[in-house]
Amino acid sequence: MSYKHTIRNKVYKFPDLKTLLGKASPYRSGDELAGVVAESYEERVAAQITLADVPLKTFLNEAIIPYEQDEITRLIIDSHDITSFSLISHLTVGELRDWLLSDETDTATLTRIAAGITPEMAAAVSKLMGNQDLIAIGKKCEVITRFRNTIGLKGHFSTRLQPNHPTDDPKGVAASIIDGLLHCSGDACIGINPATDSPSAVNNLLKLMDNIRYQFDIPTQTCVLSHITTTLELINQGAPIDLCFQSIAGTEQANSSFGVNLSLIDEAYQATLSLNRGTIGHNVMYFETGQGSALSANANFGVDQQTCEVRAYAVARKFKPLLVNTVVGFIGPEYLYDGKQIIRAALEDHFCGKLLGLPMGVDVCYTNHTQADQDDMDNLLTLLGVAGCNFIMGIPGADDIMLNYQSTSFHDALYLRKVLNLKPASEFEKWLIKQGIVDSSGNMLPVSQSHGLLDAMIK
Amino acid sequence: MKRNIPQEILPLKALQEFTPARIGLGRVGTSIPLKQSLEFKLAHAHARDAVYSELDINSLTDLLKLFGLPVLHLQSRVGYREQYLQRPDMGRRLNKESIDLLQQGYYVETDIAVIIVDGLSATAVNKNSLELLQVLIPQLTAAGFKLTPISLVEQGRVAIGDDIGHGLKAKLSLILIGERPGLSSADSLGVYLTYGPKPGLTDEARNCVSNIRPGGLSYAEATKKIFYLISEAFKRKSSGVMLKDNAGLLES
Repeated sequence: MSYKHTIRNKVYKFPDLKTLLGKASPYRSGDELAGVVAESYEERVAAQITLADVPLKTFLNEAIIPYEQDEITRLIIDSHDITSFSLISHLTVGELRDWLLSDETDTATLTRIAAGITPEMAAAVSKLMGNQDLIAIGKKCEVITRFRNTIGLKGHFSTRLQPNHPTDDPKGVAASIIDGLLHCSGDACIGINPATDSPSAVNNLLKLMDNIRYQFDIPTQTCVLSHITTTLELINQGAPIDLCFQSIAGTEQANSSFGVNLSLIDEAYQATLSLNRGTIGHNVMYFETGQGSALSANANFGVDQQTCEVRAYAVARKFKPLLVNTVVGFIGPEYLYDGKQIIRAALEDHFCGKLLGLPMGVDVCYTNHTQADQDDMDNLLTLLGVAGCNFIMGIPGADDIMLNYQSTSFHDALYLRKVLNLKPASEFEKWLIKQGIVDSSGNMLPVSQSHGLLDAMIK
Repeated sequence: MKRNIPQEILPLKALQEFTPARIGLGRVGTSIPLKQSLEFKLAHAHARDAVYSELDINSLTDLLKLFGLPVLHLQSRVGYREQYLQRPDMGRRLNKESIDLLQQGYYVETDIAVIIVDGLSATAVNKNSLELLQVLIPQLTAAGFKLTPISLVEQGRVAIGDDIGHGLKAKLSLILIGERPGLSSADSLGVYLTYGPKPGLTDEARNCVSNIRPGGLSYAEATKKIFYLISEAFKRKSSGVMLKDNAGLLES
């Protein structure tokens, strides 16, 4: 179906929904690289005006990547919940934006419609929103997940402790973990990106983390972010696996370039569930995504990068994850050029994920060839805190010495909790008090030389 | 600058011996103390300067004379640095003048084309390429490999070596390129080798030796790895994933 709009006698035609979505996207370098951007400012707004009038029902009839060709399209269509959708089925994209912002649409309502929203609907409505709208609605959503603690409750804000080391040196990793725990980091999980994906190396890291967690009785979960096939192999060998990690993207072909598909993810999901290691909940999956991944795998099929990204959330949603993390600034300037584009993309990802019912976290980050610096990250961090983001990363001094990029420091999370009056997961907070790391009001206490965590490391 | 170190950070400093990560930084309120904050800024400044650094063409051309090979000056289709950062596709292709230059030359089939590319850190190339080649080239020629002219390429990405290696009729292209600067190293050189270079190849066709710099992989160690990969590539008449899978010998 084609779409058109006239502005001052100039007729803008958009041959299909896919083109319309691309042209309606706020500018970013990756869409330019893909050749899907609007050719003028006017064309972009013309596309947004046109998109606003598209009924939501159209999205159920016009697939942007053919149903026959892509298993994620099939997943989106086949799992669409008509009952949840019924509350909004009469709306256009533009009307959905106003409806989402209205006072009557509260947290409970948003939870009820989540399964009725497809990724393309979420992407479309986000393209009509300013950053303020993305924040306001994101904040209304509440997505709570559980394993050994409770993540995502309003008023709480968690971190993944990311103690990476260039050679996976156990003592180096342990030192960063202890530094992080003593800075209140790690309630979303303690998660290592391994330098090598060999099963034995990954197993060593898993044991190291499990020992620390067990010895200090920490109410959190651990994860090595190895490929899902490595995790499956280790589950079969009896390794202590809390969470199963995988990077995912929004097209079948892009996932195939990551060496995964829905059936493989399902196999790993079932295997991880069967270990039954969660004490208060059974959300066992940890997914990472990021705008641009489909294009970088040459598998975007002319779809803009933000819409591709939200399609990845359909994959995540199927497996009831504990954590979904958009690694927004890692991919580089050819996809998100500067701080402005990174900030916009992060707010879009957080909003769209939450709208679909996902426990969204954001890796607030940039690489050194991107036009961004710590000030941009401070801005984004604060905006995400306001928007109710579930978690961010905690990395020593914001400098990941293995992946060579800058993310958020342990201190960044402490800052955000202080200025916005947010607390860690309550089970974890109780542990911090018991360990003498914070007082009962959540204020940091001086670290004693004889603290058990330090003692364990240094002896 | 005189400051009081908050007493409570001292115990955490003991952890620093275990990792180069920025741990035990201390805190002022909830923030990173100024000294550590400025150290971070300085590292980022070095990385940013490296991204915008330029090849020292004159001095490199001069110094490369010692290998007795002609030196070609080539450029990608990228016009300026901001474009380089946003259009990797243009950095992978030679501009028209460079293509003409290659076509004007009469090249017979040769073994190896050494191609020096600025990449994301010309600083890395300016600092490390000559030193690496001084170890590597004598070893290659001693083993009987014949070399094409050396190319010096501005605003290039790794894949530009495909156009160049093909144009020079080389059996293998050896690309020395500045890697994306990290906070701990703004001068890291990467070496990529591609057997049978021709336009349109992807990264699966290449092998890479990374982090070559003083304080990283030494020139001698890098040469050992590169020489092994080149020898294997010529034996198998291929490079890339297949070769990597069998490179267990490389694990140090």
